[in-house]
Amino acid sequence: MKKLIALVFTLVASLAQASGDAGIKIHSSGADLSDQASLQRGAALFMNYCMGCHSLKYLRYSRMAADLGLTEAQVMSSMNFTDIKFGEAMTVAMKPADGEKWIGKAPPDLSLTARVRGSADWIYTYLKSFYRDPSRPLGWNNTLFPAASMPNVLWELQGVQSAVFDAPHGGQAGAAPVFSHFEPVQPGRLNAEEYDQVARDISNFLQYAAEPAGLEAPANRRLGVGFPRGADLAHLVAEA
Amino acid sequence: MSTNIINRVIGSANDWMQERAPGLSQWWDRHAAKYYAPKNFNFWYFFGSLALLMFVNQILTGIWLTMNFKPSAAEAFDSVEYIMRDVEWGWLIRYMHSTGASAFFIVVYLHMFRGLIYGSYQKPRELVWTLGVVIFLALMAEAFFGYVLPWGQMSYWGAQVITSLFSAVPVIGPDLVEFIRGDYLISDVTLNRFFALHVIAVPFVLAGLIYLHLMALHEVGSNNPDGVDIKKVKDKATGIPKDGIAFHPYYTVKDLFGTSFFLMIFAFIIFFEPSVGGWFLEHDNFSPANSMVTPQHIKPVWYFTPYYAMLRAIPDKLLGVIVMGAATLIFFAVPWLDRSKVKSIRYRGPITKIMLTLFVISFCVLGWLGAQSGSDTQKLVAQVLTFFYFSFFFTMPIWTAVDKTKPVPERVTFDH
Repeated sequence: MKKLIALVFTLVASLAQASGDAGIKIHSSGADLSDQASLQRGAALFMNYCMGCHSLKYLRYSRMAADLGLTEAQVMSSMNFTDIKFGEAMTVAMKPADGEKWIGKAPPDLSLTARVRGSADWIYTYLKSFYRDPSRPLGWNNTLFPAASMPNVLWELQGVQSAVFDAPHGGQAGAAPVFSHFEPVQPGRLNAEEYDQVARDISNFLQYAAEPAGLEAPANRRLGVGFPRGADLAHLVAEA
Repeated sequence: MSTNIINRVIGSANDWMQERAPGLSQWWDRHAAKYYAPKNFNFWYFFGSLALLMFVNQILTGIWLTMNFKPSAAEAFDSVEYIMRDVEWGWLIRYMHSTGASAFFIVVYLHMFRGLIYGSYQKPRELVWTLGVVIFLALMAEAFFGYVLPWGQMSYWGAQVITSLFSAVPVIGPDLVEFIRGDYLISDVTLNRFFALHVIAVPFVLAGLIYLHLMALHEVGSNNPDGVDIKKVKDKATGIPKDGIAFHPYYTVKDLFGTSFFLMIFAFIIFFEPSVGGWFLEHDNFSPANSMVTPQHIKPVWYFTPYYAMLRAIPDKLLGVIVMGAATLIFFAVPWLDRSKVKSIRYRGPITKIMLTLFVISFCVLGWLGAQSGSDTQKLVAQVLTFFYFSFFFTMPIWTAVDKTKPVPERVTFDH
């Protein structure tokens, strides 16, 4: 019986191994919904750097203000640069057709991105994975999302980096090269640690935007504990 | 003392009802106060009452969801987000419903497993079991229709895949698919009719079937972990089985304990991890349905994945559909496939124990495989496990008959 169970476990483990794809490693963002200062910074960064193109059409300014401990005056004077009213959703003026014409693809609404991608970690990794690539129309590429239409809008903060690729395993012809590491080309206004915090704040804010109820869950509030996500649980299991 | 005003009011109300509906208290006695169930029910006997609890949960939260849900292709996705964000406590109602669907299947699968290990389907409970299998099928239909409603990518493409299975039917296949969808593709029309089926038709059928399931059970009496017929030893004076206790209050209280424990876990999931890492609420379903973009990897929710793995394991479409359908329908035959002289696993031999263990393992591994992308190795394992799944049933008359049995005691075993 024990042998049988061991056999089954080995089988399942080898199957799991076979199915795991050898993609880019997703970095742990450390996003924490109970960190209100991080959420506020994330909101400000989002308004400044992302909302020129990306909407949050399921989130209202008023809801965000209430949830993030901001006043109406703060939001309307230093975050909302449009004529959209306080009680309305955070939409953008850019028309999808224009976006397509200018960038190659209409910038998607980001209200639910953290849920579609499964966690804030994906967004965090995405924001850290831009590199210079002259072969792309806007000169930027992303290791996590190859051939992404979006340029690195945070380059002033992060600086510019280039990606180093290794020859593909086994040297098969036509196989894609394997990403090795980034090399800094030009420094930005922030050092690596400070930029990580920027990426963390934005992904934390988008995690909140994807599920404001995650902040509202009574258990979350009363116990003062974070909202453990699937990735965290998987991490726990892996550690155990 | 009946001088108490509350007692007097209750007493006279009772008399008033008694005069007008004398059958009511008889009904209560027959199904609760004087329904004598074996006194040795264990942990596995919680899941019937929990399934009923989940049914009520789904109906109640469902009613509140329909107050804000818009069953149209243009509005469905937005209306779900509206519920999640702008409706007071809407997120809680939605999570109770979406987590409730998965919890419903968990308790139903455990309830079915209970039936398998204690031989609860054996004579005279064949009707109870077959009605249960019909409930299982109706529940699968209900879950499928419900999953389409949020109109996310997986709603849309899952519906596209499942409805297209009907095209495998010879001759009328393509027309049948069009009839089901009401369109050439999954569209607004399909969403609208699935909404009707999800909130009216199937819940009505389920309610009726659950009532019949319980009535059929109360007709023959409950089985128990020993598989002993408690009606064989009755108290001579009262005619009540010596090993029986009244369902109410003894089992209503026991079930309340099970309910509170279950709700603790249920609440934990709702509040802390409602999507369960993409297993209860799939990540892809947070993208609105788009008929122009096919998701990389279409898969159903976990409770369908064992059957989905079987469908994918068979290279031929029609054969795959037949295998998948047969895998669910074969449960109907279980009462007639089991040739053992005893009911409970407690008094059966090693073959039954090994076969049941392997069956559970293969069902779970198939469930895991059905959620994967389906590499060649995975497909091969799924084929082997599908073969075993059917072998378990087809060879059941043999291994249940040849397996050793232990003598079944006269009375139920009970430590306390």
